[in-house]
Amino acid sequence: MNSLNINSIVRFLVLILAQVLVFSNINFIGSINPYPYILFILLFPINNNRTLFIFLSFMLGLFVDIFSNSGGVHAAACVTVAFIRPPVLKFAFGMVYEHQTIKFNNTEFGNRIIYFSILIFIHHFIMFLLEIFNISNILLVLQKTLFSSIFTVILCAVISILFSNKQR
Amino acid sequence: MQQIINFVIRNKTFLLFLLLFVISLGLTIQSHSYHKSKFINSANFLTGGIYEGASGISDYFDLDDQNKILVEENNRLRSQVFNSGDSTVVGRSSIDSVSYNGRYTIQSAKIINNNYSSSKNYLTLNKGEKDAIKEDLGVITSKGIVGIIDNTSNGYARVLSILNTKSRINAQLKASNHIGSLEWDGKSHVNTVQLTDVSKFAPVKIGDTIITGGESTIFPKGIPIGIIESFVLDISGDTYTIQVTLFNDMTNLSHVYIIENLDSEEIKLLENPIDE
Repeated sequence: MNSLNINSIVRFLVLILAQVLVFSNINFIGSINPYPYILFILLFPINNNRTLFIFLSFMLGLFVDIFSNSGGVHAAACVTVAFIRPPVLKFAFGMVYEHQTIKFNNTEFGNRIIYFSILIFIHHFIMFLLEIFNISNILLVLQKTLFSSIFTVILCAVISILFSNKQR
Repeated sequence: MQQIINFVIRNKTFLLFLLLFVISLGLTIQSHSYHKSKFINSANFLTGGIYEGASGISDYFDLDDQNKILVEENNRLRSQVFNSGDSTVVGRSSIDSVSYNGRYTIQSAKIINNNYSSSKNYLTLNKGEKDAIKEDLGVITSKGIVGIIDNTSNGYARVLSILNTKSRINAQLKASNHIGSLEWDGKSHVNTVQLTDVSKFAPVKIGDTIITGGESTIFPKGIPIGIIESFVLDISGDTYTIQVTLFNDMTNLSHVYIIENLDSEEIKLLENPIDE
């Protein structure tokens, strides 16, 4: 249990630093950036305390906000994603989740991608909606959400494949 | 009472979520109003330090370009000195403090974090209050303007980039004295900004130069901004909205100059009683 906590803390710090120093500066075709720091929320152990989980997600978003001068948009998106994670887990993994025996390393690749995609899309939509903060620019919001989500999903899948083998 | 406590305990996850969501919404809304995002900004000890360390590494990959820019600027300044009798030097840099009777002081600084991909972009500089940097000082490069300082800490300062939908800068045509306000709509390409509210009587031509206007107390008059790419008459038919291509490449900035107008307090003092 203790090693799990250390693992989470390291993941928390490494993902924030990687996000603000590397991934926020990619600017693919002008302005498309991935936000793979959300992997912390996606891969957080399931049986743990939910209150703590939501609070940690808030801190994660807030740190990214402080670094990128964006007020509270990442924090809002992260808190929402953390809150709606259980229903999405149930939808993506079905019975496995019901029996509380789930481990992300052992899940099927397809299920994992569906699970990632749903949460990432919701996260990015809330984030860009709050960042642009103008309902008449909804098309711009959707466009940014779509492109960034695709980028993030690919990166998250790659990262989770790269690191899952080592942990097993 | 028992029921209320039970309710709180049963829904503690949801209530926590609601609380944190409202806090982050509050921070977001606060960050949309100018000069109020005091708490969440990258000009603090921790973030500034991390960004400075990272930029110390990444700067090495950019040395070639930055050297070229500095040499170009030296070149231009040198030709200005040699031809000082000639006032029509192309691309005349107007930040020479001598020609402003010492009203402006200039400091150099380095950008340690540059953002241009969102609709509200900020930059972080490696100088702060200990170098006498204050809010509302102008930031320029040798080629054109960058933005206005909107937040400072002891060692770092945050710049509201002209690529921010909150930014409003007084600008004018070089050919005539028609003024407008320089904005960014958040959707255009990173090196294109909009000049709005230009009178329909102004002689607008594609390819003309836009410079800063003398009406603000932040920038001196005559700092180059960009050239006119296209223009349309507003729906009302009274004003032009002009697309301006910046001289600066906002994606590749390193060394900047911070301009302080020594008269700005006097001007503000003089203007404020009229407003009341």
